[in-house]
Amino acid sequence: MQRDLPAVEATALVKDFGETRAVDGISLVVPTGAIYGVLGPNGAGKTTTLRMLLGIIDPSSGSRRLLGRERPIEAAHEVGYLPEERGLYPAMTAREAIAFMGALRGLPIADGRRRADGLLAAHGLGDWARKPIRTLSKGMAQTVQLLGTLVHKPRLIVLDEPFSGLDAINQARLEALIRGEAAAGATILFSTHVIAHAERLCERIAIIAGGRLAFEGLVDEARSRLRPVVRLRTRASDGPWRAAIPPAARLDAGEYVFALPEGGPEPLLKALIDGGAGIETLAIERPGLHDAFVAIAGEAAAAAMGQGQAS
Amino acid sequence: MRELIRAAFVIGRRDFAATVFSKAFLLFLLGPLFPVLMGVLFGAIGGRVAAAAEQPMVAVVADTRDYEALTGARERLAEAFAGAPLVRLRRIQPEPDAERQRAALLAPGGPAVLGVLDGGLGRPRYTGSIQPGADTAAQLRLIIEEARRSQASDAQRGAPLELSIAARSTGAMASHRALTAQAGQMILFLLTILLAGMLLSQLIEEKSSKVIEVLAAAVPIDSIFLGKLMAMLLMSLIGIVVWTGAGAAAIGLWSDRGVGGIAPPAVGWPAFLALCFLYFAMSYLLLGSVFLAIGAQASTVREVQTLSMPVTMAQVVIFALAATAIGSPDSPAALAAAAFPLSSPYVMIARAAELPQLWPHATALAWQLAWVLLILRIGAGLFRRSVLNSGPRRSFWKRRGA
Repeated sequence: MQRDLPAVEATALVKDFGETRAVDGISLVVPTGAIYGVLGPNGAGKTTTLRMLLGIIDPSSGSRRLLGRERPIEAAHEVGYLPEERGLYPAMTAREAIAFMGALRGLPIADGRRRADGLLAAHGLGDWARKPIRTLSKGMAQTVQLLGTLVHKPRLIVLDEPFSGLDAINQARLEALIRGEAAAGATILFSTHVIAHAERLCERIAIIAGGRLAFEGLVDEARSRLRPVVRLRTRASDGPWRAAIPPAARLDAGEYVFALPEGGPEPLLKALIDGGAGIETLAIERPGLHDAFVAIAGEAAAAAMGQGQAS
Repeated sequence: MRELIRAAFVIGRRDFAATVFSKAFLLFLLGPLFPVLMGVLFGAIGGRVAAAAEQPMVAVVADTRDYEALTGARERLAEAFAGAPLVRLRRIQPEPDAERQRAALLAPGGPAVLGVLDGGLGRPRYTGSIQPGADTAAQLRLIIEEARRSQASDAQRGAPLELSIAARSTGAMASHRALTAQAGQMILFLLTILLAGMLLSQLIEEKSSKVIEVLAAAVPIDSIFLGKLMAMLLMSLIGIVVWTGAGAAAIGLWSDRGVGGIAPPAVGWPAFLALCFLYFAMSYLLLGSVFLAIGAQASTVREVQTLSMPVTMAQVVIFALAATAIGSPDSPAALAAAAFPLSSPYVMIARAAELPQLWPHATALAWQLAWVLLILRIGAGLFRRSVLNSGPRRSFWKRRGA
């Protein structure tokens, strides 16, 4: 595949489950070598979208290309996939499970076993290599499945909610691993309902809410949809300077919080100084992805994401 | 195609290793041997009981010449009516007071005899009871007549039967081959019904452990089905080799004539055995692929159990259809059953026992193989559509994705 071709392309994907439309016309492009996040609350249609992209299920309408192939299964040897609902054969040893997952994707079983030994040792699971999966903790089994996803050195790695069920330390390790794979040239496509992960990792994102694509593009583009946020604390409680504060500003713990006016910071500063506001603190902040998400997907979706994070 | 087979091999290898290298597999191998073991045990017990309940004894008060003529006659009759229960004879030296001797023999505390035969061959007389279910008197009558005949001159006896033994007659051969056909069909059916049913639950493990999504994302569904089918076929063949070995050993040990007692099939033993193997594989693959397709729709073990009864009944119907072919392999019913893919292997193995042509078997095997592939294809398509894709009920696949 040529470097300039996108790793994943989806055009107007629709998926109906009976009467329910789970995915409604989603189009996205994942550039080769990118770390791409699909954001959305639970039930937004992220998993269904990923399953369609991978060819596990067929779309009701629309088309997709995976690593340049119209039929995603034809690209299977170059793809690694970690499903949201983790699953391994409980009686298999960790080493065999990794080698088996590699073999499914075309890696000779002997190479898979050799690589599995190395990967398990590198992730502190060397002593567990020959133990059955059923004897491993949930976190360990999750790591084994992740290693099985990567053992055949895929060019495209698709991770569905990879951070769920992991503690903070393992989340940080996974973030490092994702960055490492991307640095080695792999394309990463992952779904999450935790905005912070996407904010830290992704260059591009797709925001899905209610089965529809609310935004697709660079993270900076998403943020730039919002004006910078001004936080202002003044000594004077009233005066002519108040005319410079937009009517939509809210007072939060003694601070005015409002979007930076179109004219920029200079006219605002001048008005405040000339009007005798007595600036105590003034901060102009770039909006976070969360704010962008709220603006793009709406308060309800953001609240659902918050609940997801809490759980 | 190459990827399909490669992926099927990966799936099959995993399934085969997971099954064969488990403790349960030992039980699988030994399980069918239990009835054989029980048969041997009960056979031994039955043998002892039979020995204890041998045919009744009749005391023969006669001189040596008459007694030898009687025992000789009894042996000849026993040979002619092989297996028929004949009274046993025991010689008692005649005493001067015959009446008193008879009474003594029949009195309690005397020898365990059913009755007393005295008077020699000249004026034979039987005194005693008659064994229920076997006409002791009629048997004694026949033995005495044969004994008398043996003592008569050659002229009185007439010319002996002239024997001219030919090869087996057509009628006898057809009848024996029908038995071979029936045996072949029965064995094929029993093995298939015992072994193919396991395929109903083959995808439950993947569904319950949620491995199915990993598999479905990595390899074609057709490969999953094909790999599972082949792994189970191989496992079944291992079982069959073990059971056949044990069965042949048992027949060799406990049957006087061994397997030589079965009439040779029309195509000859080597071809028949090869066809048995091929038709078992085909009947297993055909029914197995249907079971796999049906079982793949089930989400739980309970559903599989519920499905197994109608599936077993369907097998019995198919067997009954195939059984109509025995004795008339070219009849329209037999040809129709040979064309119907699920009954075809049973019909064709019976045909191999009864008719010598080999080419119909090549055609039938190709026909059956085509159906295996077609059923697998349909099963995989059905699985993709109904289990992976949509509908309100099917656990995690069918629920709306997050």
